Amino acid sequence: MKLEGEVRIPSGCAIAAVISREGKGITGDVIYNAMKPMHDRSNGLGGGFAAYGIYPEYRDLYAFHIFFDHRSTRKECEAYLKERFEIVKGELIPTRKIPEITNEPIIWRYFCAPLGSMVASEQVDESEFVARTVMKINTEMKGAYVFSSGKNMGCFKAVGYPEDVGVFYKLEEYEGYSWTAHGRYPTNTPGWWGGAHPFSLLDSSIVHNGEISSYDANRRFIEMFGYKCTLQTDTEVITYILDYLLRRQGLTMEEAASVIAAPFWSTINAKPEKEKERLTFLRQVFPSLLITGPFSIVYGWNGGLMALNDRLKLRSMITAEKDDKVFIASEEAAVRVMEPDAENFYAPAGGEPVIVRVKEGKF
Amino acid sequence: MMNINATGLDYKELNEALRQVHNNCTITNCLGQRFIAAGVSDKTLKISGIPGNALGAYLNGAKIEVMGNAQDAVGDTMNDGTIVIHGNVGDAVGYAMRGGHIYVQGNAGYRSGIHMKAYKEKQPAIIIGGRAGSFLGEYQAGGTIIVLGLNGDDKPIVGNFPSTGMHGGKMFLRSDCKGIHFPHQVHARPATEEDLNEISHYLRRFCFYFGHELNELLDHPFTVVTPDSNNPYRQMYVAN
Repeated sequence: MKLEGEVRIPSGCAIAAVISREGKGITGDVIYNAMKPMHDRSNGLGGGFAAYGIYPEYRDLYAFHIFFDHRSTRKECEAYLKERFEIVKGELIPTRKIPEITNEPIIWRYFCAPLGSMVASEQVDESEFVARTVMKINTEMKGAYVFSSGKNMGCFKAVGYPEDVGVFYKLEEYEGYSWTAHGRYPTNTPGWWGGAHPFSLLDSSIVHNGEISSYDANRRFIEMFGYKCTLQTDTEVITYILDYLLRRQGLTMEEAASVIAAPFWSTINAKPEKEKERLTFLRQVFPSLLITGPFSIVYGWNGGLMALNDRLKLRSMITAEKDDKVFIASEEAAVRVMEPDAENFYAPAGGEPVIVRVKEGKF
Repeated sequence: MMNINATGLDYKELNEALRQVHNNCTITNCLGQRFIAAGVSDKTLKISGIPGNALGAYLNGAKIEVMGNAQDAVGDTMNDGTIVIHGNVGDAVGYAMRGGHIYVQGNAGYRSGIHMKAYKEKQPAIIIGGRAGSFLGEYQAGGTIIVLGLNGDDKPIVGNFPSTGMHGGKMFLRSDCKGIHFPHQVHARPATEEDLNEISHYLRRFCFYFGHELNELLDHPFTVVTPDSNNPYRQMYVAN
């Protein structure tokens, strides 16, 4: 497995997503085909997908997707996992041999439940226990990388064009109520399997088109809370920021959006009093979590998606609807592939979150 | 008329097919192919489907009509010709354009007309029927930007920070612009009849393309935005 290096490559990137508000199943070919008209936004150095609702038979278990560089690494990592989890099932993730995707690492998934005694002894809740396990493996176990760790969801990623990555992982055989996708055109670093998007922790995942100017300020702040930015890839820090704001601070999705894409003070000052107070509070409490520089992101979790642009809207994004489905993409052409008759096309303003939730009880 | 079916063609193949065409042509089933008609000077083109980014970049006299929405950077650095969009456009329409005309029936995204410029007979214009996003006419150096706000709702006609860095040209907003904040370096005032005469040609063409009545467009106050002196950024540089 090739790690991030020193070469600088100019940027691009494509994102797309689809979700059924009714929780209806959508097969993976829908989303990987949507990446085809945006082919030139990627350069073949990374593609990936996050899929929600794909493991209903194991819905109460954490699904770990892990890259290993070697069989011995897998043995070592499995031994560590067994100390902390009951592993209900462990298997190779099914893939296809195709000429477009080469040099793959060993790719496994484990469905597992944390051991109650271990969780109790660490005096944390279950999700924190799982998050710590992921951080530990990713920072201390060389050659092993957990790239997905949520329940009833999974990330699939590789070095290659996204439409090929989808074929490689046989995504047409999975059915999920929500999908996100990313085609990578890496900035600053060469592509490697772990560096492809989505970046995921527990059930949250993020795909990102852009480049974060505030990366180091954000990283320094978030690393005070036990997160480790190990991938030298700016998107990783967004995943941890959102985990921190939503899971640990208990902010709403809208509030988190107002932190990371905070409006300018001049815009805040022109707001009605109550809104002004709210926005001022968020900017003052979390100044180090303002993300500057261009970005368009789709954040996924069990039961929903959020699309967000940076406050200056330096990246393109469009949303649309059709029946129970909502579509998000860098380009309208991608939406038209998923649904030629999509309606209500809308370009969200910078910093304006578009939040879609699956109906309660439908996922 | 010749037709190119764009299904399965990438942008190079599509543009190559277009180069083989003389005069008029339609493109059907277009889906995200970029750079369509880049630099073309002598054709009339009708597109159905969704053309990709940078439609008509460096356009040099051709006429393009899109029967739906278009994506980002329509008419990027366009020099001459006409682009008519029967729908919305994405961000940065008319990016640095220096000649020709772009007519948009619906809304435009962020940074419409960014760094548009003009010189002598080269007088570009963008006419937007709906709303425009933030940073409309950012660094505008010349030419004309018109936004009509014909959406029939009460959302503002333009987003935040319009005409930031503007130092030439004119902007017309069909609105009294109450509540819209303009930077200090520009001057916004109600349009006079003389001002409106100046753009009546563009308004007539807009009506022609999209089926409106001129009276309907003029039955509403317009605001004109211009830089407030010949050198509004003088204080930022060393005088010499």
